[in-house]
Amino acid sequence: MARTRTWVSIALAGALGASLAGCSSTGGKRAEDARKAASAQGRAAVDTPRWTFAMVTHSGDGDTFWDIVQSGAKQAAVKDNINFLYSHNAEAQQQAQLVDAAVDKRVDGIIVTLAKPDAMKAAVARAEKAGIPVITVNSGSEQSKQFGALTHIGQDETIAGEAVGDELNKRGRKKALCILHEQGNVGHEQRCAGVKKTFHGTVQDLYVQGTSMPDVQSSIGAKLQADKSIDSVVTLGAPYADTAVKAKKDAGSDAEVDTFDLNAKVAAELKDGTLGFAVDQQPYLQGYEAVDLLWLYKYNADVLGGGKPVLTGPQIITKDQAAALEEYTKRGTR
Amino acid sequence: MTATAPAPSPGTKADDERLVKTSPLRKLMGRPELGSVVGAIAVFLFFAIFADSFVRAASLSTVLYASSTIGIMAVPVALLMIGGEFDLSAGVMVTSSALISSMLSYQLTANVWVGVLVSLVVTLGIGVFNGVMLTRTDPPSFIITLGTFLMLTGMNLGFTKLISRTVSTKSIADMQGFSSAKDVFASTITIGGVDFKITILWWLALVVVATWILLRTRVGNWIYAVGGGEMAARAVGVPVNKTKIGLYMGVAFGAWVSGQHLLFSFDVVQSGEGVGNELIYIIAAVIGGCLITGGYGSAVGAAVGALIFGMVSKGIVFAEWNPDWFKFFLGVMLLLATLLNHWVRKRAEVTK
Repeated sequence: MARTRTWVSIALAGALGASLAGCSSTGGKRAEDARKAASAQGRAAVDTPRWTFAMVTHSGDGDTFWDIVQSGAKQAAVKDNINFLYSHNAEAQQQAQLVDAAVDKRVDGIIVTLAKPDAMKAAVARAEKAGIPVITVNSGSEQSKQFGALTHIGQDETIAGEAVGDELNKRGRKKALCILHEQGNVGHEQRCAGVKKTFHGTVQDLYVQGTSMPDVQSSIGAKLQADKSIDSVVTLGAPYADTAVKAKKDAGSDAEVDTFDLNAKVAAELKDGTLGFAVDQQPYLQGYEAVDLLWLYKYNADVLGGGKPVLTGPQIITKDQAAALEEYTKRGTR
Repeated sequence: MTATAPAPSPGTKADDERLVKTSPLRKLMGRPELGSVVGAIAVFLFFAIFADSFVRAASLSTVLYASSTIGIMAVPVALLMIGGEFDLSAGVMVTSSALISSMLSYQLTANVWVGVLVSLVVTLGIGVFNGVMLTRTDPPSFIITLGTFLMLTGMNLGFTKLISRTVSTKSIADMQGFSSAKDVFASTITIGGVDFKITILWWLALVVVATWILLRTRVGNWIYAVGGGEMAARAVGVPVNKTKIGLYMGVAFGAWVSGQHLLFSFDVVQSGEGVGNELIYIIAAVIGGCLITGGYGSAVGAAVGALIFGMVSKGIVFAEWNPDWFKFFLGVMLLLATLLNHWVRKRAEVTK
């Protein structure tokens, strides 16, 4: 017993010593702290009353994209002296219940995504009946006005898809693969349909199980092995781009991988030429503007967009812009 | 040494344990749902203290609605678990049921009630399929219904894409019969200025019917017997196969009600939903005192389990906690509830 304890303490001391001696001069927490010091710090810049805004999205658990939306919203909330609440659920019925809960709480403003518009209709109507202003973000540009929301902030998915199709034409591609990682997401279907609309070559859809990366990799790999003529793979989310690159290497295919949305990995791979291009919809802006526009409405009854959606994308990002954005992606704001 | 039976103590008439009078308190202590009721009261008080907007009438109505959408499925799932079986296809079956109803009405341009009734028949058919596969073949229900779960998940997307050309169904809100079907499955009843969803009534009705079956009918005895010990049940003449197929049909019926609610409250159904919910129904039943091994549990318990689930899932929102920890709290709650149930049951057995 005593001997074990001695051994354990020796091992602990050794580990501690090793960790102190073996400092990394690159990356890690220290680099992150340096980045934090360079990013915006918060204190309320206005003296309006402390309103409460609730944001309810259709995100699943632990989604990079929605983390960036949230960080934008939180930054605006700090500036505008807002108490910001966030909740999310991927199931339409649950998301509607969360909006109901926000209405029950009598918040001062609601920000909601309409990925499944019909399911959200009643909940949004209930918010308006209670006199709570609603702004829609990210998805549901067609329904936003009809449901009586002030403004819609986001990217038109079809237009974004068309932009990808144009870019693929520019790059002389002939056969593209569109990777859908979420069964039943209308926005994803629109993106692939948009690519089909403008792309002169052929586009094939491939459904993968987005919740399981190995499944995504093996599905893409199998498809690329089965069809050697595919010369470009388009993923619909940043985390899947790197997986598609791995699958491509395994399959020995030389297809170009392009993606919707950004993250740190995508920015790095754009910089070193592993990826062709990314089409960004600036999620930070979606969160930031949603909170800020609600604040403007409460403070000054201002509404932006003249009844049309306020677009945050698409923005095509290639090797040239990637270097500048890499730092921001690491910070979690792009 | 010859053992002699202890003489009955003076004053007691019977030395047969089945005839011993138990006090009402003892009876209460022996109920499977007792632990969950204690848990539900604890959860309610907790959120009443920590979330000031939780105890408003409108908030409680939202909580009850959330609970009812789980509870409608948790009750038949609990009956199935008392009968000693699982159904992993219960979550996606709800979506299947809604899809069948919606697409059939739309494609045939029929009165939506046609779709609703055909959907009932087909969904019950899926239940029969589960039951027959289980009773006619060797693998356990866990495996059989896992197969059904995967098949339904694929069929939901496959058929929807094939028929509607997209991943969700087309709206049937402008078709005949929609408003009357909406009244039945997805209307809102206003009591004293507060809106309550009709699913709460469906939920309560299912609890009453299921409790009556379990406690007052021969079928109820069969369910307990089948779950307690299949061989013994067979030996005393219980129709084991029929009982199990019936239980799967019960789950299918619940899926049909839930599916029609989805359809008529949103008029459009997303083909990819429902995955993972089957576990939530099982959890609700377990929190309510059902044993994973079968032969023990109650419908009321399952309903209380669903209520706990609804209170916690919405209570976390009302309390403005960080949603990242939501699943963690659910896990903690499940463990606490099952430990409490176990403890209560042990105490009840000791005092018998």
